[in-house]
Amino acid sequence: MDALAVGSLYALIALGYTMVYGILKFINFAHSDVFVLGAWTAYRAALCAGWTNDGVPEPIARWVLWILGLIAAVGLVLAVVGRTVVKPPPGALGQSGPARAGSTLLAVGVWGWACVGLVLLARVLKAGGMEYVAGGVILLLAMGTCGVVGFCIERLAYKPLRKAPRLNVLITAIGVSLLLQNVGQLDWMFGTQPARMPSLVAQDKPLLTILGTPNADGSIAGGVNVWLVDVIGAGTAIILMIALDRLVFQTKIGRAMRAVSYNPTTAALMGIPVDRVISFTFVLGAVLAAAAGFLYTQKYPGLLQPATGTWVLLGLKAFVAAVVGGIGNIRGAMAGGLLIGLIEFFGVGYVSTEYRDVYVFGLLIVVLLVRPSGLLGKAVAEKV
Amino acid sequence: MLEVSNLCVNYGAIKALHSVSLTVGKGEIVTLIGGNGAGKTTTLRAISGIVKPASGSIIYDGRPLATLAPHEIVRLGLIQAPEGRGIFPNMTVAENLELGAFTRNDRAGIEADREKALGLFPRLRERIEQNAGTLSGGEQQMLAIARALLARPKLLLLDEPSLGLAPQIVQVIFQIIREINAAGTTILLVEQNAHMALKVAHRAYVLEVGRVVMQGPAAELAASDEVQDHYMGRKRAGH
Ligand SMILES: Nc1ncnc2c1ncn2[C@@H]1O[C@H](COP(=O)(O)OP(=O)(O)OP(=O)(O)O)[C@@H](O)[C@H]1O
Ligand SMILES: [Mg+2]
Repeated sequence: MDALAVGSLYALIALGYTMVYGILKFINFAHSDVFVLGAWTAYRAALCAGWTNDGVPEPIARWVLWILGLIAAVGLVLAVVGRTVVKPPPGALGQSGPARAGSTLLAVGVWGWACVGLVLLARVLKAGGMEYVAGGVILLLAMGTCGVVGFCIERLAYKPLRKAPRLNVLITAIGVSLLLQNVGQLDWMFGTQPARMPSLVAQDKPLLTILGTPNADGSIAGGVNVWLVDVIGAGTAIILMIALDRLVFQTKIGRAMRAVSYNPTTAALMGIPVDRVISFTFVLGAVLAAAAGFLYTQKYPGLLQPATGTWVLLGLKAFVAAVVGGIGNIRGAMAGGLLIGLIEFFGVGYVSTEYRDVYVFGLLIVVLLVRPSGLLGKAVAEKV
Repeated sequence: MLEVSNLCVNYGAIKALHSVSLTVGKGEIVTLIGGNGAGKTTTLRAISGIVKPASGSIIYDGRPLATLAPHEIVRLGLIQAPEGRGIFPNMTVAENLELGAFTRNDRAGIEADREKALGLFPRLRERIEQNAGTLSGGEQQMLAIARALLARPKLLLLDEPSLGLAPQIVQVIFQIIREINAAGTTILLVEQNAHMALKVAHRAYVLEVGRVVMQGPAAELAASDEVQDHYMGRKRAGH
């Protein structure tokens, strides 16, 4: 069960790596930091919603409100000015540059306020005893926040480099990753101290035990414990993955994503707004990583400070999952994540806990030797 | 309908087009012929906004295209079926056609156009759920044209639709190009197969190393010695 729960988290993170690689052909090193951000955002939001020791909700940080207000205000001004004063260049379709930028900023600001609203909603729900619903709201909030952050990262850091050599983009990604780690450690963000995530799902005893032997007094010895957190965690992850699979393979935007991933130029000739599709892909990846971050905090409540190696290692394992499944392949990433989870926990359970990372990276080496393009990846045949 | 004037395009230090000018009138088939590397594809790429010109202007339906992104140009009804067909091999024929209609939301209209396109290319209907990568070269070309038609082109740019196809298939494709034009779509046709291109086109331009070296009614060019020598493979006595 551990294997399934953690494997599905790896899979969620791996999807972000694989989707971005599929479209932009570079490894987004900042992706694991978005996952960490999701975990810490969920923690903060949980405190604000009232999961504190004394049950009194923490106030929402003042700076959050200031920044969100500022973004929305600037966006509003730009949007209005861009629509009235600035004329679009001759022949242009739609609105002028400032108007578009303004609308985008405004949307970000409004979304931020909506997140604040979500915190308050969670607070009310929690106070009203509907803790599970409140937990769901916090999950949404973490996903939403990271979605916006993912969008901004792509817009500010990667989009200007669309035509630059891939190495530059890769180095930028490392830079973004370091930036996120260090901002995360600032006092007014998450600080440098580890924290303990409150458990939003009550779990004093396992949901059920399979393959155990009942004792005379009715308790059960041995067997496999199935915990509610694991069921909820794996369930949520699997629902998200099915939703994503549907989105990619059965909707118009999904078709556009696959077209851009195969060839952006031809995709543009179909009238597909390539940049918007790329943004959308980043947001999707970040949203899934945030969900994984939240679910992870429920399974492992000890939250290390944002720049710790453990986080990096988790991200790395998810990346391995993406490679094992065949990088660029969405179903591969899902399979890869689950496989990595299984290998890791069966290794830990039946061989030795000491080598848990060895199993994962050992699997990577084996897969790369036997099937260099990954389990579901196609052999790369460059077309002439 | 389309007016290209003094178009220059550079790829880094390579000058691919030196001051190309051409016009396409509503309802015409205009062909652009020339040898390998003459700059035909580059001209189409510039018109579709994929490469940005160093100088010169492109005016379509009275609107300069310089500030528009490729996907915005598509929305104006200027559709290109690119060189090498540019189909999506890992998607089905049906999905490729859907992508052609990406900018449209009128379900009923799309359905009608799809029926029309499949009527032109019955072979595609038989293979509708097949991955496009498994089609033969000729069928892929048919798919590329059908897909472009689903975008409801006002001006259709075709880049070497006859490339690599057997003569019979080429006949079929050119016949269909005529039909598309007869139904009201303006066409700018890039070809190396000057013989066929000059037969279907009303007017023609000859491109040589990035310059227009000849232009005129297709029939006149087809009859000229230079075109016959260089592009239609006639051997003159003594050569
Ligand atoms: N992406 C590119 N980078 C650098 N040079 C290029 C690029 N694309 C084309 N060229 C050069 O520009 C010139 C014109 O190329 P273009 O593809 O337009 O020719 P063409 O007429 O379409 O030829 P063909 O009939 O072989 O398709 C050639 O010299 C070519 O080498
Ligand atoms: Mg060409």
